[in-house]
Amino acid sequence: MQHGKYGFITGFLAAPLGLYALFVIWPFIQSIYYSFTDWTGLSPEFSMVGVDNYTRMLHDDIFWKSLTHSLIFALLLPLVTLGMALFFAFMINVGGRHRKGGPVVTGVRGSGFYKIVYFFPQVLSIAIVALLFAFAYNPDSGAINSFLRGIGLDSLQPLWLGDPDLALWCVMAVLVWSTTGFFVVLFSAGMASIPAELYEAALLDGAGRATTFFRVTLPLLWDTVQSGWVYMGILALGAESFAVVQIMTTGPGGPDYSTTVLVLYVYQKAFRDGQAAYATTIGVALLVVTLAFAAIVMRLGRRERLEY
Amino acid sequence: MTTTDAPVPPPAPVVKTDAVPPRPGARRRSEGSVLNVFSHGVLVIWAVMVVLPLLWAVMTSFKDDSSIFGSPWALPDKLHFDNWSRAWTQANMSDYFLNTVLVVGGSLIGTLVLGSMAAYVLARFDFPGNRFIYYLFVGGMSFPIMLALVPLFYVVNNMGLLNTIHGLILVYIAYSLPFTVFFLTAFFRTLPTSVAEAAFVDGASHSRTFFQIMLPMARPGLISVGIFNFLGQWNQYMLPTVLNTDPDKKVLTQGLVQLAVSQGYKGDWSGLFAGLVMAMLPVLAAYIIFQRQVVAGLTAGALK
Repeated sequence: MQHGKYGFITGFLAAPLGLYALFVIWPFIQSIYYSFTDWTGLSPEFSMVGVDNYTRMLHDDIFWKSLTHSLIFALLLPLVTLGMALFFAFMINVGGRHRKGGPVVTGVRGSGFYKIVYFFPQVLSIAIVALLFAFAYNPDSGAINSFLRGIGLDSLQPLWLGDPDLALWCVMAVLVWSTTGFFVVLFSAGMASIPAELYEAALLDGAGRATTFFRVTLPLLWDTVQSGWVYMGILALGAESFAVVQIMTTGPGGPDYSTTVLVLYVYQKAFRDGQAAYATTIGVALLVVTLAFAAIVMRLGRRERLEY
Repeated sequence: MTTTDAPVPPPAPVVKTDAVPPRPGARRRSEGSVLNVFSHGVLVIWAVMVVLPLLWAVMTSFKDDSSIFGSPWALPDKLHFDNWSRAWTQANMSDYFLNTVLVVGGSLIGTLVLGSMAAYVLARFDFPGNRFIYYLFVGGMSFPIMLALVPLFYVVNNMGLLNTIHGLILVYIAYSLPFTVFFLTAFFRTLPTSVAEAAFVDGASHSRTFFQIMLPMARPGLISVGIFNFLGQWNQYMLPTVLNTDPDKKVLTQGLVQLAVSQGYKGDWSGLFAGLVMAMLPVLAAYIIFQRQVVAGLTAGALK
């Protein structure tokens, strides 16, 4: 299969690689370069300013707020989402009542139904989900507060997205709502491939459900959990948090910068304030955070791979 | 049981609960049923929490404005289908739909063609730089796109592609390539080599072998990654928000957000809800019909 090989390889790689280099690689390289300039983005002229943008960033309170919120997202969201998803997936697949003469581990009744329903949010655009919840959170006419009124909690009418102490958690709850189902289905697929003999053995040894989960299920599922963790963290630092914060919060990023995140701050500096160079500087910080996050999770999570 | 090299017990007989001595057996059974009630309860609550906001949106889309604000949970007094027709015509939902279909259609085809070409070459041919190009593609998955978007805006602008459908298509393809190449490279590696070699011996050219032999063989992989890209591109929000600011060219997601902002002045909330539901239903319906394929497509990448 050697005849005309290199011509063929070049021909097949040229278009995809060219497109990718032009629209993805080249802008990435450019933005690192621009972070050392005073480019506004409005005019083509700019000059090198060294590390001025970086020193400015270190003294920028809003940058630190955005960084803190982004870190909270990256650490807390995977923890909550994956934790809930593991719990649901275990209940769906292993939590079933044991029937006489049946298999040792069974799913709960209606497990197929749960998997279908839990996956709904995953197929919807995060923009649509964010709009929907922005209405639900409306303090006067939103679904949540009127539900609270309906069950007699007239005194409990939080401002939700209008309350600087609550807004960040409201936004985070929406991300949990929209991503948990995906991981339930993902972990279910992983759990289905764990051989039943392992559960039988654990049961014979007298293990309860909690023990079975921590000693059998979780170790065998660890690879999937880990890649899910990285995947979720990248989403929480990037596109997903941009959409929910930009669409749902006042400002966006408010009230009083209580919900701003790095990715939104990059966008605002570049396309609202005409400070493209400074925006790329914050973008570089976001890149560093993202890569560090992925590296730490992969390192901390490294375990002996279990074969089964 | 922390490691599996511990000897696996001989084929375990199915545990007979009756044969277990009464006391521990009874205890386990009662613990079991408490847990069962609890676990079922939690599962049902989450299912309700997922479905309720969606049902609420559907219900609200049939109400008039005053009852949306007056009593958010009340059923509509009558079905206001006019909300839907208003959203479709006056609020430009029909344009947003058309734009989205064009953009996603073009990008999906382009992504699959270019992605499978690159993946095939990277999976099946040895040449200097193969690994480098592979990691160049795959590395794109973990980089924050927003960083590239700032200069990309000006790259696209200088090429005269800003606010055009074909410009958006090219950008969508470029940003879909990392996952597509990653997934399809792994997939092409699993296909047998013998068929392609036989075709080659029979005198088929490399590209003919690819289009007539390998692509049909790769169909399951193409379907999975196609579904993945379809949903990602259909639901894309960040790329069009930055690169597509012309009101006439807006895609569904940004059109709806735009609508929500402008409804603040016009006050046509019922029309907006109709628009939201209109955007939600086709994807949900497609998911329910192609449930198995969608789940396989979306989880395939993470399980690798």
